[in-house]
Amino acid sequence: MAVAVEIQKTAALTGNEAAAQAMRQINPDVVAAYPITPQTEIVQLFSTFVSDGLVKTEFVAVESEHSAMSATVGAAAAGARSMTATSSQGLALMWEMLYVAAGMRVPIVMPMVNRALSSPINIHCDHSDSMGARDSGWLQIYSENSQEMYDNLIQAVRIAEHPNVLLPIMVTMDGFIISHGMENVELLPDQAVKDFIGEYHFPYPLLDVEQAKTLGPLTLQDFYFEHKREQAEAMYRSKEVILAVAEEYAAISGRKYGFFETYKMEDAEYAVIVLGSTAGTAKYVVDQLRQAGEKSGLVKIRVFRPFPGQELSEALSGLKAVGIMDRADTFSTQGGPLYLEIKAALYHAANQPQCINYIYGLGGRDIDPPLIRQAFMEVKDLASGSAAEAGPTVRYLGVRE
Amino acid sequence: MTLSSQTKNLLKVHQDVDPDIKPNAGWRDLPIGGVIPQGGTASQFATGDWRTIRPVWSKEKCINCHRCWLYCPDMAWISEDGKIQGVDLTYCKGCGICANVCPTKVHAIEMHPEDDFKDDEAVKEG
Ligand code: SF4
Ligand code: SF4
Repeated sequence: MAVAVEIQKTAALTGNEAAAQAMRQINPDVVAAYPITPQTEIVQLFSTFVSDGLVKTEFVAVESEHSAMSATVGAAAAGARSMTATSSQGLALMWEMLYVAAGMRVPIVMPMVNRALSSPINIHCDHSDSMGARDSGWLQIYSENSQEMYDNLIQAVRIAEHPNVLLPIMVTMDGFIISHGMENVELLPDQAVKDFIGEYHFPYPLLDVEQAKTLGPLTLQDFYFEHKREQAEAMYRSKEVILAVAEEYAAISGRKYGFFETYKMEDAEYAVIVLGSTAGTAKYVVDQLRQAGEKSGLVKIRVFRPFPGQELSEALSGLKAVGIMDRADTFSTQGGPLYLEIKAALYHAANQPQCINYIYGLGGRDIDPPLIRQAFMEVKDLASGSAAEAGPTVRYLGVRE
Repeated sequence: MTLSSQTKNLLKVHQDVDPDIKPNAGWRDLPIGGVIPQGGTASQFATGDWRTIRPVWSKEKCINCHRCWLYCPDMAWISEDGKIQGVDLTYCKGCGICANVCPTKVHAIEMHPEDDFKDDEAVKEG
């Protein structure tokens, strides 16, 4: 039995429950979804909100994720605030429609629970699913914990639907580690969320029969390029919107977000950069190192699309070395996706830190404090120039040799 | 947040759509997402020139069940007062769906290669 939690401010929730509660408060017009581990619980819980009459959403139980995204695109284009949720293979099956959503500029908000991609089949966390979709034209926000998942989802509605943006957005959390881990989450009152997100206005709703439109038409050599140029510009414009929405959200929640979070970076000489739940463990390691007098720091990336290259480059400039941790490989022989983005962002920096890449945690392989500590110590050696030998720049952390 | 001039322009396009999109319009001057601010634009696209086979319809055999009219992906079948009038070859792309859905016992549509109609066209054009 689903219960509205508005009278309760702090609730013990799993990441999936926090996402479902955010969706209940967002109260979208349409949700079309298909179950997939570890996301299933989100739409399962949400469907009980529908059957219990806690939301006015039209819930469409579809036969695949390709259909889930197709129906969501159609609903959003019709003028309905539309959501879906997925993981891993489900995201992979949506692939074709991800690009359609971005190109048609429908501001869909999608919780995405990170899980490894087959093969071999695996249900546990890594970032290969969302990283594969990094160039699909969707905005991507990564969450460290359930609270961030909740906060990011609510902000995502405003970001995606802003007239400067009008792009779909996926908000991710780490499968099982966050999606099934229970922790305290501060929930806003329903009314506060309702007021914050406001009403949905798609500029070209198909159901507006007074002003008929053609959506998703054929454009060839004559117009396609111009549409893609504007789509690219929307990503640039979204940066200002992300920060402005974060500012407004801080005013109602007391929780402030940026493109990334810096932890003990003020006087840091070397740092590790992470995405997602690993940041929590890494902060613990930084605390230990700081107690031992080490000048170590941490950067946790929140917004991966658009990539805050310039801002990161400024934050990292002056460091001697950074270790960039990727929970996905690109199989390009050049390192993981975050590593490649950061190296590219640093290309024009005046004081470039040395960079090494740690690919870790694939398929849910545990990442514990000793492993993160090992990474910090190697980065420190690199920073002080005392590394016995250079070693590879792309390292696989926690794999059995 | 203040709106950039770019956004003001976008909003203008959103709210006050100009149906005449200029062929040389720059990317800032187009409605976003490839939207054409008019309905029924498919009528401007003559899919008939893709056709290699053509539906030949028998008025005598036809029972006006309208299956062809319903299933045709290009809405090429013309119906007036509940009666099928024939197929509009400007839009018929020759997929053969109509011939397939026409009831087997009725068999009012047959697909024929376009080559069979070469002489007809010559007569018409001549
Ligand atoms: S062949 Fe295809 S396109 Fe042509 S009339 Fe029949 S169904 Fe329509
Ligand atoms: S499907 Fe065949 S019988 Fe039915 S209306 Fe069309 S041509 Fe006539």
